Amino acid sequence: MSPLLDGLAMLGRAGLGALERLGRGHLLLLGLLAGLGPLLRRPRLLLQQMHSVGVRSMLIIAVSGVFVGMVLGLQGHYILSRFGAEATLGVMVAASLVRELGPVVTALLFAGRAGSALTAEIGLMKATEQLSGLEMMAVNPVYRVLSPRFLAGFLSMPLLAAMFSALGVWGGWFVGVGLLGVDDGTYWSQMQAKIDLDEDIVNGVIKSLVFGFVCSWIAIFQGYDCVPTSEGVSRATTKTVVHSALAVLGLDFVLTALMFGK
Amino acid sequence: MKTLSARGMEILVGAFVAAGFVALFFLAMKVSNLGAVTVGDGYQVTARFRNVGGLKVRAPVSMGGVPLGKVVGIHFDEKTFDAVVTMEIDRQYDQLPDDTFAKIYTAGLLGEQYVGLEPGGSEKNLKQGGEIRMTQSALVLEEVVGQFIFSKAQEGSKQ
Repeated sequence: MSPLLDGLAMLGRAGLGALERLGRGHLLLLGLLAGLGPLLRRPRLLLQQMHSVGVRSMLIIAVSGVFVGMVLGLQGHYILSRFGAEATLGVMVAASLVRELGPVVTALLFAGRAGSALTAEIGLMKATEQLSGLEMMAVNPVYRVLSPRFLAGFLSMPLLAAMFSALGVWGGWFVGVGLLGVDDGTYWSQMQAKIDLDEDIVNGVIKSLVFGFVCSWIAIFQGYDCVPTSEGVSRATTKTVVHSALAVLGLDFVLTALMFGK
Repeated sequence: MKTLSARGMEILVGAFVAAGFVALFFLAMKVSNLGAVTVGDGYQVTARFRNVGGLKVRAPVSMGGVPLGKVVGIHFDEKTFDAVVTMEIDRQYDQLPDDTFAKIYTAGLLGEQYVGLEPGGSEKNLKQGGEIRMTQSALVLEEVVGQFIFSKAQEGSKQ
């Protein structure tokens, strides 16, 4: 009888723990949003974080964007040329980048490149009691440390996703027009005829805003909520990447169904 | 790691934000149809078809293969049971005769459908709110195949 009760107790503990984490996460989110007001008086904090979150992620985003576009160009040409429809290569490359790959791959790379760094930084601040030190000096660490990082992540994501898509379209053009001989004018004109500003591009930007919000929130919460030991920080960093990836892929399905599944 | 001066960081963040907006602008102007279509800068004419097939709003309207405008609305008239297609034609093409002939074509075998115009001989021109009276419906592949099979079957029964 007792192993059964133990098992039940373990299940209950896990469930309660998950609910508590969810509650702490949402309370932290309220704190982060409340910290955006005071942040206006100190734009330099945001600037520093935009640099470490946004500028330093640019290289990996740019290189991945070009290569993803080039692969789309190759694969698209291979399939479309079977049907004699190479003319629609530009549409295929641009639509898949702007609607899906741009926001999603950028968010996954962002979680790996910037999200894990945010978690490790905040977790280590907690482990070395820097956050408690701030509180001792009557400085709110949520306002001073976390909110700028959150806003920087939220703002950087759509910019990075736009760069990814734009460079991907260029990569597809380079392979399709430059190497495989698709007509230059056809590539662009078909793309312009079929890609809609509201339907495709604005929806892609909305997606990347949602992903930026979620990825930054997860990264900051995992760092702030970690067990303050080396092992705890390492686990929190892993969790950031895993949870962000799952959240992005799951939300992408929901958003796609809402936006394009009429 | 090299530490950056405050000014260096400002410049880098500025470049980052600018690059992001340039990319967005590129997507909006070069990739989407924003740069290509002149919005609301034209006159509207209607045409009645028995069957519009797979014609969609935003489909091109062309004459001699040159796009002159686009389809802005497709409605159904409950009195005559016709499909009423509203087209917007670019203002620079205001010399179309009012007995222009409109037909729904398909671009390629599986392509999208579009409205093709052919000029008539009238002296008067089409104006805002005008109607194209001579139309020909879309070719529905099922009907054509059905007619072909029917005629073949009749030939077979005669022999």
